[in-house]
Amino acid sequence: MSGLTPGFADPVPAAQACFRALLEAMARPGRVHRLAGLPEAPAPLAPAAAAMLLTLADAETPLWTDAGPVAEEWLRFHAGCPLVAEPGAASFLLAACGMPELAALEAGTEEEPHRSATLVLQVAGLERGAGWRLTGPGIETEHLLEVEGLPRGFLAAWAANGARFPRGVDLVLCTGDRLAALPRTTRIEEAG
Amino acid sequence: MTALGYNFGYLDENTKRMIRRALLKAVAIPGHQVPFGAREMPLPYGWGTGGIAVTASVIGADDRLKVIDQGADDTTNAVSIRRFFAKVAGVETTERTGEATIIQTRHRIPEIALREGQVLVYQVPMPEPLFRLEPRVSETKRMHALADYGLMHVKLYEDIARHGHVAISYNYPVLVGGRYLMSPSPIPAFDNPKMDRMPALQLFGAGREKRIYAVPPYTSVRSLDFEDHPFRPVRADAPCALCGSRESYLDEVVVDDRGGRMFVCSDTDYCSTRQATREAAE
Repeated sequence: MSGLTPGFADPVPAAQACFRALLEAMARPGRVHRLAGLPEAPAPLAPAAAAMLLTLADAETPLWTDAGPVAEEWLRFHAGCPLVAEPGAASFLLAACGMPELAALEAGTEEEPHRSATLVLQVAGLERGAGWRLTGPGIETEHLLEVEGLPRGFLAAWAANGARFPRGVDLVLCTGDRLAALPRTTRIEEAG
Repeated sequence: MTALGYNFGYLDENTKRMIRRALLKAVAIPGHQVPFGAREMPLPYGWGTGGIAVTASVIGADDRLKVIDQGADDTTNAVSIRRFFAKVAGVETTERTGEATIIQTRHRIPEIALREGQVLVYQVPMPEPLFRLEPRVSETKRMHALADYGLMHVKLYEDIARHGHVAISYNYPVLVGGRYLMSPSPIPAFDNPKMDRMPALQLFGAGREKRIYAVPPYTSVRSLDFEDHPFRPVRADAPCALCGSRESYLDEVVVDDRGGRMFVCSDTDYCSTRQATREAAE
């Protein structure tokens, strides 16, 4: 317990601010939001990803993560969420080193598509820029987003995730203090 | 200052987290009803508990809240909900649509166009658009899963066959994002076109029925109709007696016991703003 760093300094307003940013991010896919009042999360957790889990995860939401024992201990202590070894059994997944296969995650059922996992993916870079052109609900015409550090074949996996709508996994991309969300309805094309 | 003895926004943090998770999934699946655990509120079901639970989970200290009941800021329900949040969240409140960041509404959409950065929270009595046609939740769930909305089309067809037009003036069913049939909460059909591709985020909370659903910004919301019987929003054929508006939605008000009546704007902020500008111009 000795090396445990603190969570939110002021949990109620911090969780509200983080949730509001997430709600905006989910409602306007691909817009990059910068969070303030972030917790001191141990490496390799990105502060934005850690804040998101403190905001949303608790005893009711099994979490899967590959971030290592220090991060696991921090999340278990501050969020109080059970950790699971199987990605398919988790409601939240925090991927800090590589991405679990989207098809293997809980996608909900046709009747209850909200019982699906949310994948928090830490990436190397996240900017508004020329990499992707996003369309779908929440986007007036198109949003541009540049993401660095995604595995090869991501776009094909994302298209397959969108094709099973209303089932599917929702994605939150995080780096440092920034995040952007990709709900299952967002279509991605490579801008070129 | 928030009232002592309450958490910010009245609800405890566990409940807020549960509602926040439901809200995010609701936004990710436009028009789909997500169940949530509705908590007991200091007012009864039917008075906007669902809307209050959603607002309480979204609101922050910097927000400015507007509450309307049938378009009016000064009715009992609107005043008490506004006071409730002023007390338990210490937020600023307003009656001006343009100044609000969160607008909680019972059965109306404000007349002036909402913008990005605003959140519209609807109080919903019955979230299931099919409940009068199919009372079994297990069946309606399956119908939503299969996007099997034939029953509703038959209902609209029967209206046309019987009355010559679709006889629904409020709570007119809509299709969200081309996929989910959704109850717009009992707003007048007049307001339905405002939901389509609205820049603001629309959240819906049904307390008694324990459902949350959402329409993200710029999402298509189409009122169900037929090619030869297109959807037509209904409006009383009169100008507002107070501000003269011919565009706004009107309430019919009985003014005496000899059959006297007048039509006035249902949106009080819109009407008083128009009256003030007209007076200023004179």
